[in-house]
Amino acid sequence: MADSAHNLLAASRVRLLKDQIARYGVTAGGVMVLVALLLIFFYLLYVVFPVFRPVTLEQHETFAIPGAGKTLALGIEEQNEIGFRLTSNADVVFFAARQANKGFDSGEIIATEALPQLQGELVLASTTPAMQTYAIADETGKAMVVRPDFRTSFPNDVRKLTPYIGYPLGEEPFVVDQQGQSLKLFVFERGEEQATFAGVTADERLIVTRLLGEENFMTEEVEWTAEHYAVRAQAQNIDELKITPDHRMMFVRHDNRVDVYDISEPESGISRIQTLDFGKKQLTAMGLLSGASSILIAEQGGIISQWFQVRTENGREFTRIRDFDAGANVSVLASEFFRRGFLAGTDDGKLSLFHSTGDTRLVTQKLANDAIDQIVFSPRADSVLVEEAGQISYVEIYNPHPEVTWNALWTEVWYEGYSEPDYIWQSTSGSDDFEAKMSLVPISFGTIKAAFYAMLFAVPLALAGAIYTAYFMAPEMRTYVKPTVEIMEALPTVILGFLAGLWLAPLMENNLPGVMTLLIVLPTGFLAAAYGFHKMPKRLKQKIPEGWDAAFLIPVVIFLTWFSFAISPTLEVWLMGGNARSYITNELGISFDQRNSLVVGIAMGFAVIPTIFSIAEDAVFSVPRHLSNGSLALGATPWQTMTRVVILTASPGIFSAVMMGLGRAVGETMIVLMATGNTPLMDFSIFQGMRTLSANIAVEMPESEVGSSHYRVLFLSAFVLFIVTFFFNTISEFVRQRLRDKYSNM
Amino acid sequence: MKTWFKSGSPWIWMTAGTVSISLVAVLGLLLLIAWRGLIYFWPATIYEFDVRDQFGNINTVVGEIHDREQVSVVQLRESGREIEGEPTDMVTRYLVKTGNREFVELDFRWILETDIIERRTPENLAKVERQKNGNFYGEVVEVLDSGQPIAGDLMEVLFERIDRVADLNSQMAAIQHSDIGSINYKLEKIRLRERGDEIRDRLTQERIDGYNAEREALRNEYLGYEKKLFALRDETTRDAVVVKDMRGELVTISMKYVLDVTFPNRMGVFSKAAHWFVEVGKFISNEPREANTEGGVFPAIFGTVFMVMLMAVVVTPFGVVAAIYLHEYAGKNALTKIIRTAVINLAGVPSIVYGVFGLGFFVYVMGGSIDQLFYPEALPSPTFGTPGMMWSALTLAILTLPVVIVSTEEGLSRIPSTVRQGSLALGATKAETLWRIVLPMASPAIMTGLILAVARAAGEVAPLMLVGVVKMAPTLPVDGNFPFIHLDRKFMHLGFHIYDVGFQSPNVEAARPLVYATSFLLVTVIVGLNITAIGIRNHLREKFRSLEH
Repeated sequence: MADSAHNLLAASRVRLLKDQIARYGVTAGGVMVLVALLLIFFYLLYVVFPVFRPVTLEQHETFAIPGAGKTLALGIEEQNEIGFRLTSNADVVFFAARQANKGFDSGEIIATEALPQLQGELVLASTTPAMQTYAIADETGKAMVVRPDFRTSFPNDVRKLTPYIGYPLGEEPFVVDQQGQSLKLFVFERGEEQATFAGVTADERLIVTRLLGEENFMTEEVEWTAEHYAVRAQAQNIDELKITPDHRMMFVRHDNRVDVYDISEPESGISRIQTLDFGKKQLTAMGLLSGASSILIAEQGGIISQWFQVRTENGREFTRIRDFDAGANVSVLASEFFRRGFLAGTDDGKLSLFHSTGDTRLVTQKLANDAIDQIVFSPRADSVLVEEAGQISYVEIYNPHPEVTWNALWTEVWYEGYSEPDYIWQSTSGSDDFEAKMSLVPISFGTIKAAFYAMLFAVPLALAGAIYTAYFMAPEMRTYVKPTVEIMEALPTVILGFLAGLWLAPLMENNLPGVMTLLIVLPTGFLAAAYGFHKMPKRLKQKIPEGWDAAFLIPVVIFLTWFSFAISPTLEVWLMGGNARSYITNELGISFDQRNSLVVGIAMGFAVIPTIFSIAEDAVFSVPRHLSNGSLALGATPWQTMTRVVILTASPGIFSAVMMGLGRAVGETMIVLMATGNTPLMDFSIFQGMRTLSANIAVEMPESEVGSSHYRVLFLSAFVLFIVTFFFNTISEFVRQRLRDKYSNM
Repeated sequence: MKTWFKSGSPWIWMTAGTVSISLVAVLGLLLLIAWRGLIYFWPATIYEFDVRDQFGNINTVVGEIHDREQVSVVQLRESGREIEGEPTDMVTRYLVKTGNREFVELDFRWILETDIIERRTPENLAKVERQKNGNFYGEVVEVLDSGQPIAGDLMEVLFERIDRVADLNSQMAAIQHSDIGSINYKLEKIRLRERGDEIRDRLTQERIDGYNAEREALRNEYLGYEKKLFALRDETTRDAVVVKDMRGELVTISMKYVLDVTFPNRMGVFSKAAHWFVEVGKFISNEPREANTEGGVFPAIFGTVFMVMLMAVVVTPFGVVAAIYLHEYAGKNALTKIIRTAVINLAGVPSIVYGVFGLGFFVYVMGGSIDQLFYPEALPSPTFGTPGMMWSALTLAILTLPVVIVSTEEGLSRIPSTVRQGSLALGATKAETLWRIVLPMASPAIMTGLILAVARAAGEVAPLMLVGVVKMAPTLPVDGNFPFIHLDRKFMHLGFHIYDVGFQSPNVEAARPLVYATSFLLVTVIVGLNITAIGIRNHLREKFRSLEH
């Protein structure tokens, strides 16, 4: 007996334990739902976050200038391990740029390579950063073209870089000045088959020398021939020269102006095409941005202006696009290799990082007290070497996504090559120089536009339908209508999209007048049918059960639709001269896409109707009967009861239904993907397509590189969608909760 | 009239009208898909038209009428056609599918009713379905065996030879897919094992020799199969069929490419119906051909079903547990409210956001980690760190979670509380009551939720485009190679198939009927599932209503 009681107790203990475990397990399972939602939220945020992380400049190491002589140019290789200096002693000094370089202290010389064949004082010219090529001219007017380079080898599975000097145009010096003068200023640019030198000689002549390369078929070596040109210009007070990498233009900086010369065809004369005048302001520095469409000019006081060519009445002219403020006189400008970012070093030792299209100063850091002499970016733009007052600093930059700023995403940006600031989404292109244009405005606009037209179509149909179904329809018919709407909700959007794109779009294009007629004919048809029913003999009317009006109207709808489409071609000939499409394009001046907002509105409206319908129907149906009965008893007609009592009571529910529908319309992907042309336009016309946030993600996500700015911006647009729909859904749910409480109190 | 307006009755009729519009739209849409989808398999009559071209010459055009439309005379004149009649007159224009893609510029052409001089339906016109270049229309003249015409009854010989080639082709396919496929799979496995040994520093000479010996054995086996395959291939090229096309020229088509020959003009309604069933069967069971624009959709059906099943396995326990929590355990507090809001939000978040999340979190974070831990030998080529079956199923599981929760909770709320109290009063713990009483009673509701979730998942495409669907998967996710189920593979999906064939294929006109057929298949499955779910739910409601009284 005692034994069995003991057993019972033990058994019940086990049972209680199981009960506890079940309780915790189930609670954990319930909380999982919340965790899933939070996980989505935070993961999206986590991917987006680096875009908005502040940019930092961090001065890592500073060391005395390695090697002797004056620095003509600084450089650093891709891994940020080895830096180099081209010196006035006609050599190249390779040194460890940071401690991490195995076996070397920072600033320790790794190798020194002499450049023979050069005599006396040297002048140096460098190409745009991406080429990493330098030309060095000596006092006899001859120049050598060198490219410090690195061989990578893997002895014992450890990466090892060996520096050497490459001679991309051959080891022979070129004659820059035929008169053998030394050069005061010197610039150089090189392409595959062309190279251009320009300089100011000691006797104040501005000269241009063009090298043309021709491949020798036997040896496959390129042979270079030089042509020399003189530019007629005052050359005394030239401060700086620049050549664009496409060899078409030369910029000459004087005290307070920059002259632009066309050097694309020097044999037919080099002419000045424009002068950028700064009035009383003295200019302090000049630089080209990567891609070389833009020139940066720093004036006294630290204002840096960006200029590029814009189509104007006088042809293409350099125009001042935007200004940046460096705070003090700029001594050096350095641009990144591939992006549109640049650094300005000032007289008072400050370093400021800018991004041109982002239109922002990203960060400013004071490095020293003296003027900065040299700045050079590493190819990946994640570090720079800075020389000032006899020492070199290795500065690390954290700046992975400079092009994504609040301004770039949401305001008009003036991109290179465009005639005015605009909202543009264009994330990829074939060209290397291409700059991604990532304005979320056109695609957000597209989303709103698509949702707007869908709601325009869906809200009246769904709400009116819900009101009728909930309040006037016979219960037997209601048992058929509700499942039908559920089926409508279950239809895959890919099928709706396919039908919209391949069936509805051409159908509507061919029968535009018919579609317009339908809009007028349907309501009038309903009224006519209603009047007809009203005028029917009483005897007949009584035989027909109440609440089946919708069923009677089905044949009316079918007939009217058939009728509209049947008379469409006739109307087209009468009203629009036989071709609706060309009528709209030519006579009305509206451009017409086959896959337009009208199609999207109808197709997406179709997808949204059931969402709105079921919630609104529910809200109207659960309005307590005693309210409407009271109203009817007081003599109100059913319609008056509906509009003045029922709808008012149910209005929060109706609002929440519309919110839910809006949430669905905003996030819908497949229908817009298939039923529009997917062009990111900013046009509210009903006859044009759009690109929405969701379709944009679906189209571009598979091709975007993981971790790139593009990838993160796509995540950002997903995050925006998430937040927007979260907002709509939460409001709607909140309102519905309140309504439910209200009903239960009635 | 005025009183009538005042009574508000016209407005009630207007609202009734909107319901009618919606009903007509839904039913019309379903009928449209059904009609267009089913007619695809019906053998179409092959016409022989005598058509006058713009220079007055008369040409013969052979083909099926693919589509027809009404064009007004004005539009035709605008496009440069000289035509008689009033501007409002309508002319019928036919889109004729002429096939024979390699001999004519366009395999579709528009022909105006007024240009047709005569239209015939000769009985001996045949439609030759081919593996490449689409259909061929013409008159079968003779069947060749090694270049020599075969005597005897043409039809008998023709079908006998078609069957022979079909048999050979299926043998070849068997060798190629299962035998050679498995050799390739094993070779890849050996490579990975070798690489794995290398990474873990235990690659000894002995092991290398072992691997090489295995490879050698497989290679020999492969050579055997290859020989067999070549022999079969030579066999298939033996026969050919000669067809006279619409230009009047004789074209020899190797039997190797011939899938079937039909004579629709000879068929009566019954043989057409029989043929229709055969075609439907082929559509469901065959692989796609010619960049998915011809052939069947079997891999897409398989991929969809398998992915959905996998998803159901994941989503059911989580959904049911969450619903039980919300209905049975959760108190009336803020947390419950927040969780309810989370459920509603999970249901309302756009599906593409799930796709983005799935791609970033499942594929790159989880998949990437799995690769690092378990498949380092395959790197840098990813195993699970790339979109695939498993991640698709997981993504859709989160997406359909609210569906299961809502439906299960509804079921739970319909169980009268007296039943629970009875169980508790008899001394059962809460967990026991749940497990023995409540869950079994709620099981139809859970079933409903599951069916609805499956229906939703089967139709969802946008997230799958990011997490695992491809237009053409070389292998199914289930095959004869160990471990038989390959969750890392990419797969085909009916919904994506519709998008891809309808919008990405080069010849949309030719592919459109197939898209309708695929759509019909998908809609049938989804509507069927939904009607089942609605039926179960309604039945359940009735049942519990009677329990309450």
